[in-house]
Amino acid sequence: MIIKTRVIPVLLLQDGGLVKTIKFKNPTYVGDPINSVRIFNEKEVDELVFLDINATPENRGPDFDLLRDIAGEAFMPMAYGGGIRSFEDAKTVLGLGFEKVIVNTLTHKNPEVIREIVSVYGAQSVVACIDVKSSLIGGPTLFTHSGATKIKTSLDSHLKNLTNLNIGEIIINSIDRDGTQFGYDVKTLKRVTSQVDVPTVACGGAKDIESFVEAVNQGGCSATAAGTMFVFRGKHRAVLISYPERKLLVQKLP
Amino acid sequence: MILIVDYGVGNLMSVQNMAKKAGAGAIVSGDVSAVKDADKIILPGVGHFNHGMKKLRESGLVEALNHAAMSDMKPILGICLGSQILGNGSEEGDEPGLGWINMKCRKFPKADSFPVPHMMWNEINIENPHPLFATMEESARYYFVHSFFMECADPSDVVATTNYGQNFASVVRHKNIIGTQFHPEKSIRYGLALISAFNSLEKEDFLS
Repeated sequence: MIIKTRVIPVLLLQDGGLVKTIKFKNPTYVGDPINSVRIFNEKEVDELVFLDINATPENRGPDFDLLRDIAGEAFMPMAYGGGIRSFEDAKTVLGLGFEKVIVNTLTHKNPEVIREIVSVYGAQSVVACIDVKSSLIGGPTLFTHSGATKIKTSLDSHLKNLTNLNIGEIIINSIDRDGTQFGYDVKTLKRVTSQVDVPTVACGGAKDIESFVEAVNQGGCSATAAGTMFVFRGKHRAVLISYPERKLLVQKLP
Repeated sequence: MILIVDYGVGNLMSVQNMAKKAGAGAIVSGDVSAVKDADKIILPGVGHFNHGMKKLRESGLVEALNHAAMSDMKPILGICLGSQILGNGSEEGDEPGLGWINMKCRKFPKADSFPVPHMMWNEINIENPHPLFATMEESARYYFVHSFFMECADPSDVVATTNYGQNFASVVRHKNIIGTQFHPEKSIRYGLALISAFNSLEKEDFLS
């Protein structure tokens, strides 16, 4: 049985290790990325997303050696984000065996580079990650630099920019839901998916498979991503890599 | 030795990683001599049809590849764009393909419930059994990313079809030439099984 919805573990890289944050803060060490990739291979995940949360804040590019080691162990589609600053960065990452590069800061600072990547590698190779915080007043606010830098552009006009850049896919990453397992920010998901035609990935807050169902049916997303749900277990957040049984996903998701 | 053809297009490293995982001796090269020396050839590729064909012609490998395909009858596996260029051409551009398989690539029609590109895991249904898929598991699924699909003139060249709003040829084959629209190198153990079979089968198995 085949389902269209992709279910994607998001793994955060910091100083060569994997971490998990809460609301983009307090990174907890989760394990070694290569080991984790091997486990996710065994679990036959749909796709893996890696985000180096320190690259842009430290004003540096991707750790290519680490990415090469990861790619050598991963036999599923993979995307990488963090510190992609130039066409060359993207080229190197894609050449190592990643299908997609993920960009955020670049979409605000240097959209011309994105046009160049899209024109050479195709729209499906470029994913925009929107780090967004919801507030009761004033609507959603965008951030870059792992949540440290506030962006003045509104979500709606940013979506128009991304559409003009012909970006292939959008990850909607909720800062205030990150690591909380309160469920996705469905209101923001809906706001994005109603304005774009490209595939969209819900990220931040997933609690269980019902969260995925909500992101797809209510939020209009084409894929669901999660971190905490796949790396921790129980109230005390014991590290345990897991992934739902395919049978269950097929049963619940379109 | 398997040659993974480097013509400046496609994810060579992923294919090489998977070949290594399959225990296959594989090299990446764009040299004519490597085409001549290879026992089997993998033709990778992603991106625009015209770009792919132009790069392949610029590489100066076409003559050697034609010889390997048509005279030496070496087993050749095309992946994604590398599969599409095995045919006569594509609606994506006006460059002619390699013309080894009598087929053309067409664009998926626009339909709300079937967005393009077809980017998802999907299954394949065997139409004409081929030894590459002899051990395929019932649960097998493969990773697809493409906006154009292959359409064979001869139905007996269609090894497998996949449904995405319509049935299309997802694996094609003419004699020793095989093409998969999906990415075996990114299709976990199901792709590994395919690459392992490509490595272990005898040349004659591809011609039977």
